[in-house]
Amino acid sequence: MWKTILRRILIMVPEVIILSILVFLLAKAMPGDPFTGSINPKADPAQLHHLMKLNGLYDPWYQQYWHWVVHLFHGNLGQSYQYQEPVTRLIAGRATNTLWLTGFSMILTYALALPMGVFAGRHEGKLPDTVIRVYTYVTYCIPFFVILVLGIWIFGYVFGWFPTTGSISTNATTWLQTIGSRFYHILLPAILGALFGTVNIVQYLRSEVIDAKRSDYVRTARAKGVPRKDIYRHHIFRNSLLPIAAFAGYSITGLLNGSIFTETVFSYPGMGLLFVNSISYRDYTVITALVLIYGILNLLGTLLSDIILTLVDPRIRIE
Amino acid sequence: MAENFNQHSDVSAADLARLSQEAKSEATPSTARIIWDEFKADKPAMVALVIIVGFILFVMIASLFINTPQMMQTDIMNYFDKPGTDGLLLGADSGGRSVAQQLIVGSRNSIGIALGLTAISSTFGICWGLIPGYYSGYIDWGMQRVYDFMMMLPMTMMIIVLVTIIPHYNAITLTLIFSIFYWEGTSRLIRSRTLAESQKDYVAASKTSGTSNLKIIFREIMPNISSLIIVDTTLSFAENIGVETGLSYLGFGLPPQTPSLGTMIANANDPNNITQYWWTWLPAALEIIILCLSISYIGQVIRRAADASQRQGAAD
Repeated sequence: MWKTILRRILIMVPEVIILSILVFLLAKAMPGDPFTGSINPKADPAQLHHLMKLNGLYDPWYQQYWHWVVHLFHGNLGQSYQYQEPVTRLIAGRATNTLWLTGFSMILTYALALPMGVFAGRHEGKLPDTVIRVYTYVTYCIPFFVILVLGIWIFGYVFGWFPTTGSISTNATTWLQTIGSRFYHILLPAILGALFGTVNIVQYLRSEVIDAKRSDYVRTARAKGVPRKDIYRHHIFRNSLLPIAAFAGYSITGLLNGSIFTETVFSYPGMGLLFVNSISYRDYTVITALVLIYGILNLLGTLLSDIILTLVDPRIRIE
Repeated sequence: MAENFNQHSDVSAADLARLSQEAKSEATPSTARIIWDEFKADKPAMVALVIIVGFILFVMIASLFINTPQMMQTDIMNYFDKPGTDGLLLGADSGGRSVAQQLIVGSRNSIGIALGLTAISSTFGICWGLIPGYYSGYIDWGMQRVYDFMMMLPMTMMIIVLVTIIPHYNAITLTLIFSIFYWEGTSRLIRSRTLAESQKDYVAASKTSGTSNLKIIFREIMPNISSLIIVDTTLSFAENIGVETGLSYLGFGLPPQTPSLGTMIANANDPNNITQYWWTWLPAALEIIILCLSISYIGQVIRRAADASQRQGAAD
């Protein structure tokens, strides 16, 4: 098993290297440079050239790439041209916001999906199952950003139950208020994300439960006289839990990629919104850092899922 | 052929006609026939089909009569007209442009891009699934690594970066950019099915009798998994509508002067629009929901038709 995991990690290394080169080249290919914005009648062209040279923007790309990688390993992702702040510090601040939102969304997703999946599987073919199937079907088809827009309109503006921008209220002074306000701001996006992200888990759990219902160990338990409730709680659910946990990795990557939309709609200052803003300002250093971070997080998410699946399912190990 | 056969057998012509009649009636119906029966048995599916086909035709034809540059001209007299006033069915937006007309042209653009994207990405995904699934070994390994790499890329971000790089992008380049990133799902599905299919006897028999590999892949395996391909293509069409509109919503899809369902929903980004001038964005949002639901519902029906144990339209 360790061999499988090790091999999996070894494959990741060239992937990350290729990704970093690709990201770097794409950022370089973007039109304009960080100083285009400061060109005005008063700006001295010589001064701008000097700045370009100072920042190494005239060097050949492989030299620039090499500098970038060396700095990367020193934990230095460069300076944001837009915010005049080290990228690491900038992203660290935004990442906390995104992690709060994503983490809370994940917890809610599981809290919703687990009971629904078991319930649907238990009442296979009956009314609750049909209702849950229709629900997963609807949530699966509708594009997520449309739901976000409708959600913020109905609950944010029409009813006014939730805040529509920001991550924290300016009135919050004590730490209790701070946490409360933070929580209040992520509540609506997290609920929407959870409501519309349950499909995979529900469907998988449902078919697991249906399969388990017909398996020998459940029949034995029934024959022994174990109450039905306990069979579901202790036998079937326990058995399906690990593969379901494996979905966590995929869920994280899905939520992170959705964060660009969520954060834009809710003007929530996380990494997704930072990315969209940096694109309009051609803030290379931030763009490259963010794409790289998201790519690596994607990798780690799938790795996590694969490792859990390898632990659970010996057939994958042999391959 | 039949006459030739008759000369060497005892079966009379009448018997032969009867036998071939019987054979025909007992033969498995064609895929198209099964799907059609399924639609006839499921009334809501029929409604969804009629809505979708009718709507797409309407949008395609109606947009021919709309002069887009003229439509996109600002008309200050109609500034945020309410629906129904000044002869504007769905009112006007901040530039006094008719929402109803934008909706028609926008739907045409969005549906057109989704169709193109589905055609390109599905074709590519099908090939990228059939070939590694059939050959396995090194080819499979290599192609799977490319697949893994593509899966790792943060798709939305990469598309946004590419869109900003390309100097003069239009609907076609946009479709191509999307296609780079949206073939993985199809490829994965087709590959796993091809892996199973390649183990079957008919493939081994063809190989033994010397049929070329390409012919086995595209003339024998592909028709055998055609129902899966149809289902997947329908479902990805529904998904792809969301892809373009989502990017246009963020401002990285179609340029602002080209209406799209996404750019119309982007009107909602303005807090004034979203509350007071709901008609500028709500119709587009509702339209996307109805479109996606109907198309996926059609996909579900076709999936049911492909799985013999779930069919409802059963003349078997």
